[in-house]
Amino acid sequence: MTGKKVVVAMSGGVDSSVTAALMVQQGFDVTGIMLKLWTGDCESNDNACCTPEAIQQARQVAGILGIPFYVVDVKNRFKKIVVDKFIEMSEQGLTPNPCFYCNQHIRWGVLLDKTLQLGADYLVTGHYAIIEEDQEHIFHLKKGIDPKKDQSYVLSGLDQEKLQRTIFPLGNYKKEGVRVIAEEYGFTVAQKPDSQDLCFVGSNGYRSFLSQYSTSPLMKGNIRNLSGSIVGEHSGLVNYTIGQRKGIGSGFQSPVYVIDKDIKNNEIIIGSKEMLKFSSLTAGPFNWISGSKPSFQVEYDVKIRYKSNPKKVNLLEDKDGLIRIIFNDPVRDATPGQVAVLYIQDEVIGGGLIHEVFREK
Amino acid sequence: MDRVYLDYAATSPMDPRTVERMLPFFTQQFGNPSSLHYFGQQADSAVDLARNAILRLFKSLDHDLVFTSGGTESDNLALKGVTTPINQSRIKRILISPIEHPAVDKTAKRLEQDGTVQIDLLRVDNYGLILHNDLQNKLTGTTLASVVWANNEIGTINDIGKIAQICHKSGALLHTDAVQAAAHLNINLNETDVDMLSIGAHKFSGPKGVGCLVFRKTINLDSQIVGGGQESGKRGGTHNVPLIVGMQAALEMAYKDRESINLHLTNLRDQIIAEILKNIPGSSLTGHPVYRLPNHASFVFEGVKGQELVIALDMAGFSVSSGSACKVGNPSPSQVLLALGIPENLAMGALRVTVGRNTKEDEVRSFLDVLPNIVNNLRNG
Ligand SMILES: Cc1ncc(COP(=O)(O)O)c(C=O)c1O
Repeated sequence: MTGKKVVVAMSGGVDSSVTAALMVQQGFDVTGIMLKLWTGDCESNDNACCTPEAIQQARQVAGILGIPFYVVDVKNRFKKIVVDKFIEMSEQGLTPNPCFYCNQHIRWGVLLDKTLQLGADYLVTGHYAIIEEDQEHIFHLKKGIDPKKDQSYVLSGLDQEKLQRTIFPLGNYKKEGVRVIAEEYGFTVAQKPDSQDLCFVGSNGYRSFLSQYSTSPLMKGNIRNLSGSIVGEHSGLVNYTIGQRKGIGSGFQSPVYVIDKDIKNNEIIIGSKEMLKFSSLTAGPFNWISGSKPSFQVEYDVKIRYKSNPKKVNLLEDKDGLIRIIFNDPVRDATPGQVAVLYIQDEVIGGGLIHEVFREK
Repeated sequence: MDRVYLDYAATSPMDPRTVERMLPFFTQQFGNPSSLHYFGQQADSAVDLARNAILRLFKSLDHDLVFTSGGTESDNLALKGVTTPINQSRIKRILISPIEHPAVDKTAKRLEQDGTVQIDLLRVDNYGLILHNDLQNKLTGTTLASVVWANNEIGTINDIGKIAQICHKSGALLHTDAVQAAAHLNINLNETDVDMLSIGAHKFSGPKGVGCLVFRKTINLDSQIVGGGQESGKRGGTHNVPLIVGMQAALEMAYKDRESINLHLTNLRDQIIAEILKNIPGSSLTGHPVYRLPNHASFVFEGVKGQELVIALDMAGFSVSSGSACKVGNPSPSQVLLALGIPENLAMGALRVTVGRNTKEDEVRSFLDVLPNIVNNLRNG
């Protein structure tokens, strides 16, 4: 592989900086590319770029490593594919995962295409995940070894064609080790904190983002309990997620939670904590990492959020090409719009959008 | 990977002999030209020699010059120096072409913004040549016209001698940005009688960070950097003696080898233009086919983004540039190309290839060999 041309997706953060360093160390011909994404309001001061600091940091790292570095503008496509979709899904009462779409369509869409067009062989990113090729040349996607950092969940939209063109050098590292390498190289970003929020929503959080960009205005509506009585008023569906306790008023005898959103009637349903338990869900369409549908005769683990623990499940075919995922033990935080990612041990088998969730009977 | 540099219009490497000539002024002859003593006098005479040498090369009889930090500062000084409110022969109207470098364009616009001057725009033809009739019609006696001698993006060389005559007939002043021109043309102020002229050394293999504004002695030029009265009060600040000596040395070398180098450059340029136009469908030359810098080939390609083309070529080992590329990833069409009437989407596909004295034929050969494929790949993406 030595001498092969690769593009490293650089963000100015510590992970992608060390990724670039490791690739240089291993003798690849490395080029750094930073995607200029859409970042909301600050775009209006046109020539200014919203994250000049991040660009500067990435440029500095490229300078230390002696590799070329470019910023590529994907603002419009990012806005259309990721941001607009986020807004649209939120308006439908869903809880989307924009990173999933960004990886599928921007990083491994626009950027991978660009990488190959520019004459490079691989796209390299600083995700904590592992790709393994077996003897039949099937590429397997596995969890990174650092359980706190594993990012295989948001990569579950990748397919064989994408994986065979991808390298994840950090899959076998722990975050602390990555910071040590960054220190050794003298990267000023070595101790930069991990990014937490969605990159485009800004510092006021996603609710204020949605209230600013949502095309349909917030509509107040009823809060109902499970017996159908109106018990309060909500400020707009996007302000609530299932499982939420805050913002639904007080004066209830026992703690109550948002347990459902009735999009059609613009209502929020509340109930006790027990009512948050879900016994199954439907999800789909699925991206199968191997390219073909796996056996449903075995037990899988599922992650229904990026940060949730894997749960034991069985699978059944459902209607409309969906798959019903049945939990061995009921779970709390299942939300339509998130991605259900199936694992067998550390290996990602596939991911699909959560369609509907079902309460214990 | 061997890298080939084809971006001499951006900047050029120095000749080691020029560096040699600069070195003593960092260490032994380090004096401050303003000091009264021996060390100061040595440094002062080096600056003085450089000034005279440059004026002699330019065959100027009634001009002087101010050393500056480069082309940009020279352009700023020219426009601001004759328009400051305290200037006794203050000029209140500036005529600029739509293909000026930002050092002129933005300076003029700033002066208009703060109410110092009124700006009017000249018209150019599809090649970037100033329309002389239009200039004539727009001139008045109290005007400064500023016209780029040779444009950096499209290489077009304006007939500055003729433009100076037209200006003078109306009693107007002419400044020309000769930053690109000075790298390739033997400037002769006897024939091309401009009132002010800007140059920057790094375009002709001199050091970066030094240039000068040549100005007719009768012009009332107010300093923009005020300080210790250096440069006859026209530019405060201790002279950067080594850089000034370097600029002189580089310019002398450029004049000495001019003919042979320009022959070499023209051959390479014409080969680049001919092959690209022939081998790459949807390509066209920007700028004038004849009146253009000897080292300058510039194009637009249909269906290609200049920014991506530059990146792809760099990854293949060839350093070129594009008027629409941007380091922070906000590509936008070049104002210069739009002024020539090139449509916006086509203007996004600009490529500039500029060769220099060190460029070898086989480097150009290998560039021309890879380019069609790269353009093709980008088009199919
Ligand atoms: C036509 C023209 N004017 C002015 C400049 C600015 O010169 P400098 O880089 O010396 O400030 C340049 C160089 O970029 C140029 O090409």
